[in-house]
Amino acid sequence: MAVDFLYPPYEVIRNMDRCISCRACERQCANEVHKYDVDFGHMVSDESKCVNCHRCVSLCPTRALKIVKTDHTFKENANWTGKAITEVYRQAGTGGVLLSSMGNPEPYPIYWDKLLINASQVTNPSIDPLREPMETRTFLGKKPGKIVRDETGRLVPNLAPQLELSIPVMFSAMSYGSISYNAHASLARAAQALGIYYNTGEGGLHQDFYQYGPNTIVQVASGRFGVHKDYLNTAAAIEIKMGQGAKPGIGGHLPGLKVGPDISRTRMIPEGTDAISPAPHHDIYSIEDLRQLVFSLKEATNYQKPVIVKIAAVHNVAAIASGIARSGADIIAIDGYRGGTGAAPTRIRDNVGIPIELALAAVDQRLRDEGIRDQVSVVAAGSIRSSADLLKAIALGADAVYIGTAALLALGCHLCRSCQAGKCNWGIATQRPDLVRRLNPDIGVQRLVNLVTAWDHELKEMMGGMGINSIEALRGNRLMLRGIGLNQKELEILGVKYAGE
Amino acid sequence: MKRVYVNEKWCLGCHLCEYYCAFANSGKSSMVKALKDHKIAPRIRIEERNNISFAVSCRHCEDPLCVKGCISGALTIVDGAVHIDTDKCVGCCTCILLCPYGALSHSEAGAVQKCELCQKNEFGVPLCVQGCPNKAIVYEER
Repeated sequence: MAVDFLYPPYEVIRNMDRCISCRACERQCANEVHKYDVDFGHMVSDESKCVNCHRCVSLCPTRALKIVKTDHTFKENANWTGKAITEVYRQAGTGGVLLSSMGNPEPYPIYWDKLLINASQVTNPSIDPLREPMETRTFLGKKPGKIVRDETGRLVPNLAPQLELSIPVMFSAMSYGSISYNAHASLARAAQALGIYYNTGEGGLHQDFYQYGPNTIVQVASGRFGVHKDYLNTAAAIEIKMGQGAKPGIGGHLPGLKVGPDISRTRMIPEGTDAISPAPHHDIYSIEDLRQLVFSLKEATNYQKPVIVKIAAVHNVAAIASGIARSGADIIAIDGYRGGTGAAPTRIRDNVGIPIELALAAVDQRLRDEGIRDQVSVVAAGSIRSSADLLKAIALGADAVYIGTAALLALGCHLCRSCQAGKCNWGIATQRPDLVRRLNPDIGVQRLVNLVTAWDHELKEMMGGMGINSIEALRGNRLMLRGIGLNQKELEILGVKYAGE
Repeated sequence: MKRVYVNEKWCLGCHLCEYYCAFANSGKSSMVKALKDHKIAPRIRIEERNNISFAVSCRHCEDPLCVKGCISGALTIVDGAVHIDTDKCVGCCTCILLCPYGALSHSEAGAVQKCELCQKNEFGVPLCVQGCPNKAIVYEER
């Protein structure tokens, strides 16, 4: 047997005084960590298989389990960290590209945490959202540049199609395939209940979910999976996916193993075949090409649906966004480098792209400078973790945000970042029927509704504190933000003053 | 009347309902105290084969065969729920033979035991339902 260079990263700690050998951990672990040993007469575990997803910990009725990071260590080295050494061993063992999932976990700066929010004192009254009017409803889409009247002086309605959001939050694009049927059902039903939108991702729309069309954004990505006339017309809006924050510049790959009968039908590809999304759209090599696709989609839907163009936040994001605004798109979605994924090469996820905070501020400023901010709405994505992040995003210039990871956390995800293995113990990032069953949408919907409703309450409280009672008054209102622990250049890009200024 | 219903679609076969049941009727203050090194005899049982599993417990039938067949008058219907008076039970097991669901069983105490919807223990509402992680068993009016 070859030498295994890797020591398991986690240890399963079982309090034997509490364990009643009910075997729930054994039955619930798809990684087969736990086992009842008949000879010993108690439970045993093989921690080398553990991904630290906490399914066993959460279900253990006597709280006999916990997972800890191993204290096994390499000789300390600030340069060759344990992680760096382990990754070399893994690649030397397999010869493969390292794969990861969910968002970039590396310790880059989080600008949300370096922005502070203003509140009213003495000279302007704050507003109590429980007693006074406060609106978090907002509209996404192109706003008319001027008022047009006919010869009799009557207003000519020239408003482009809009998306109405009761709360400025939408569920990010996550394809059916990367996440399960029950996860999609939960997102769709929650979007309907909340009066917001969820996004199908690039995997097509399952026939069961056409009923949620008015709360659905359908995606057209480079693989064009599941795109047809009814798909486009069922939706409230269409999103062209040019890039994804977790893996800018590259495509996607759903292994054939996950392409069962249902996914095959939904994606319109043969069963068991790999679903490969090319890195570029092969028909888009310029803004003019993008304009053609934007208008093809508008033509196909009789100019009734707003078209969103989603890009990853990369170095020239402001210039790219300006081009997109001129391509005829109604909404630009920008996905920062902390955006999640079901699988991405580790090096790309951890090293490519820029923070959403900087990208958002740069885009908003550029569009304003060019006088075209009204032509598009801007949606920020890529790790909005709380209502405070949401508020700061709006103050930096976003019209709304996409939440993906936060929504999955609400559904039970524990960020073990093993989606690519397809054995999600929480029934989210898996297609195995016995695992998918673990996510009951009746529970999922309620938890998603709770989360977004709670954020809405908090958003209103914070807005009220500032004396602001509408999203419109908060949007791009960077005077409501102050930076802390930022350098002059960062303040300049974010367009905010330093705390105390 | 509220009953325990099964949504087999959501049953994970984790068997936790059985352990919560055994604990609820143990009279002990903690699950560890009640069930540590103890082979449980729950009043709810998971039946499973291949990929299908579901929990089976007393249906609290409107016209229960067990009550009809009880020779000692131990089984009675109180507000729609079938209850057992263990002091009256003579252990003849007629009810066990009659129940089409297999919902009655021998109790460790000697008499027959069955689900009494946790109405006689300190919990008051079925603990199996409280403990189900996926709403595969629910306690509701239908």
